[in-house]
Amino acid sequence: MSKNLKFVSGDEAVALGVRLARPHVISAYPITPQTIVVERLADFVEDGSLKAEFMHVESEHSAMAAAMGVSAVGARAFTATSSQGLLHMAECVHYASGARFPIVMMNANRSIAVPWSIYGDQRDSLGLLDSGWIQVYVEDAQEALDMIIQAYKIAEHPEVSTPFMVNLDGFVLTHTYEPIELPDQKVVDDFLPMYQTANKMSFEEPKSLCFSTSPADNQEFKYMQHKAMERSIHIIHEVEAEFEQAFGRSYHGLTESYRCEDAEAVLMTLGSVTGTVRTVVDELRSEGHKVGLCKIRYMRPFPKKEVSELGKMVSKVGVLEKNVSFGYEGTVFTNVNSVFSSLDTNVKSKNYVGGLGGRDITKDDIRAIFMDLLNNESFTERVEFIGMGCDTNE
Amino acid sequence: MTRMSNYNIRPKDLTDQEFFYGHKACAGCGATIAVRLALKVLGERTFSVLPANCMSAVSFIYPQMAFATNAMIAPFPATGAMLSGVAAGAKALGLKDFQTVGFAGDGGTADIGFQALSGAIDRGDDILYICYDNEAYMNTGIQKSGLTPYGTKTTTSPAGENLPGSVKHKKNMFEIVAAHGIAYAATASIGYPNDFLRKLNKAKSVRGPVYLHILASCPTGWGSKTELSVELAKDAVDSGLWYLAEYENDEFKLNVNPKEFASVENYLSKQGRFKHLKEEDINVIIEHRDKKWEKMRKTWL
Repeated sequence: MSKNLKFVSGDEAVALGVRLARPHVISAYPITPQTIVVERLADFVEDGSLKAEFMHVESEHSAMAAAMGVSAVGARAFTATSSQGLLHMAECVHYASGARFPIVMMNANRSIAVPWSIYGDQRDSLGLLDSGWIQVYVEDAQEALDMIIQAYKIAEHPEVSTPFMVNLDGFVLTHTYEPIELPDQKVVDDFLPMYQTANKMSFEEPKSLCFSTSPADNQEFKYMQHKAMERSIHIIHEVEAEFEQAFGRSYHGLTESYRCEDAEAVLMTLGSVTGTVRTVVDELRSEGHKVGLCKIRYMRPFPKKEVSELGKMVSKVGVLEKNVSFGYEGTVFTNVNSVFSSLDTNVKSKNYVGGLGGRDITKDDIRAIFMDLLNNESFTERVEFIGMGCDTNE
Repeated sequence: MTRMSNYNIRPKDLTDQEFFYGHKACAGCGATIAVRLALKVLGERTFSVLPANCMSAVSFIYPQMAFATNAMIAPFPATGAMLSGVAAGAKALGLKDFQTVGFAGDGGTADIGFQALSGAIDRGDDILYICYDNEAYMNTGIQKSGLTPYGTKTTTSPAGENLPGSVKHKKNMFEIVAAHGIAYAATASIGYPNDFLRKLNKAKSVRGPVYLHILASCPTGWGSKTELSVELAKDAVDSGLWYLAEYENDEFKLNVNPKEFASVENYLSKQGRFKHLKEEDINVIIEHRDKKWEKMRKTWL
C-alpha cells in the first residue's frame, strides 16, 4: 500500500490526528498559535469528514469545563490552547485530572505575558507540570499527529484514566510545514477503539461525579492519581509498541537518546530544538567530539529510569530549556537533577536557559553549549542564560 | 396565563420518588426546595450540574451522595460550560429523552458564572439553567453578590453609621438573559410552587436554552426564622420586591400583577439582614420597586 503523504503545518498535523481519533465533541477557543488546529477541525466538521459536535465556547476555562462535561458522560473530548489560554483554564486543568477525565489537549507552547509575546517558550505548560496531566513534547509534525492518536489510547486506558497534553513549540512547530505520512483511518480505528469507562454518569447507573471529600478521604484520591501517573509509564511503552506494529513508527519511549554511547557530554532537550541539536551533534561527532543528545519526550510521567541510566553513563549533562523558575533554575533541570541526586556517580550538570519569548536557539548557540560542557571542569555556574543581547556578568 | 396553562402540574400529580435527599442543608433552606421540586418535574433521566455552592456542598460529601439522579460539581465559574458539555456529549453518543439542568446560586450566576452562562445561551444549547437566588454568597458565609438587594447587611457589606449595607440594587439577570434572545426564561419564587412547577414543565418541553430564576430564602443568611422561609418568599412577590414573569418569542409577560402591594416593611422586618434599615433606606427600596413596576406594567402586560 502506498503511503499517504501530506505537506502540512504542525497545527494541521494535530487537526488531522484529531480527526483520525474521532472525538465526539471539540470545544474550541482561539489563541495564537493554536488557531489553525481549531480552524481545520471546524472545516472537517463542516465538510462532514469529522462527525463531531463543535462547541464555540467563550473562553479557555469554558473549553476545558465543556470537555469535562463531555467526558463525564463517557464521550471523547478534544480541545487545544496555548499560553495565556492555558493559564486561564488552569483551574479546570487540575480539575480534569482529579476527576480522572482522559481528555486530550494540544498546547502550542508560547511565552507568558508580561512582556506580551505570541512566540514560543515552554513556561506555559511547565508552569502546570503539577496539574496531574501527562505531558509530552514533540519534535516535529509527524510526532504531533502520531501522539494525538497515542494520547487517547494512553489517557483512556483504565489503569491510567488521566488527561493528556500534547505540546508543540509555538510557530517553530505549529506554523512550519513538513511532509507527514497520514495514517489510514481503518488502521487507526483498530488501534483506537471507542472510549469505554465506568467513570461516567449514565441512566443505567446514576453517579455523582466531582464530589467533595473530608480530610479523612481526600489524600487517598490523590494517591490513586499519583499511582495512575506512575502506571502510565508501562502503558506508554505498551501503546508505543502497539503503535509501531500498526504504523511502523517508533519514538523510543519516554526519552530518545541519540549518539549517547561513549559520549563525554550530553545535552538534554525538550521539543523542537531537538532537531537543531541533533544536527549539531552530527557535526561535532564528525569533528571528533564525543557528544550526544537526550530528547525528553515526557515530562510527566517523568523518565526517571532513562535519566538515571544517562547519569550512570555520562559524566557531563547539560539541560537546555525554554523555561526558568525565576531566582532558581529551569524546572526541567530541577527534575533531571532530582534523579541524579539519587545516583552513586559524579555526573555534573548545568542548566542552559534560552529561547524565551521566541528567541532563536541557533546551531552556534548549541555548539557553544557543547564546548562549554566539554571544557567545563568546575561546574560552579549552575544556570546560564544563552543568546543574551546584553552583558550578564553583573 | 391561559396561553401557558396547559403546562400546569397539580402537586398531587408529582412523583412520590425523591431524587434529592439525605443532604446536609440548613433547616428552612429555600434552595433545596427548588432543587427537589425541579428534579421531580424533570425526572429520572436528568443530568444535574452544580458549581461549588451550597447545594453541592451539602450533597456531594463522599461517600454520602444526596442526588439519586446523575449529578456533578462544576468549577465555580463553569456551570454553563460544563452543562453544555454534558448535553453535547450525550447528544453525540445518541442519548435520547434526557434533561440537563444546572443549579447555580446568585453569585455563581450573576457574577463568576455569568460568562459561561452567556456563552451557553448564545450557542443555543439545549439546557436548563436554574439560578436559585438567595441574594448573597451564603456558602462562604454571607458575602455580597451582584444579586444582593439594596440595604442588605452582609459580611462584606456591613451596615453602620456610614453605609446602609449593600448600596447597589440587584443586577437585572432576568432581562440580561432575555436580551440574548433565549428560547425561554422565567422568574419564580419558592413561595409560589405551582407557578414554578408550571414553568419547569414548560422548560422541559422547550428546545434550546432555558433560564429559570427562582428566589429562594435562606434563614442562615437572611437572619430569619426557619419556619418563615416559604412565607418570606411569598412576601417578596406580594410586596413587589420580586416578580413572577416570563420571556418567550421576544416578549415579556408579567404573570402576577398585584392591585396593591403587601407591606415592604413587614417583609423586611422579619429578617435580620434588614433590621438596621432607616426610613430613608426603605424609601430607596420602595422607589426602586415602583420604578421597576411602572416599566413592567407598561410593557409586560
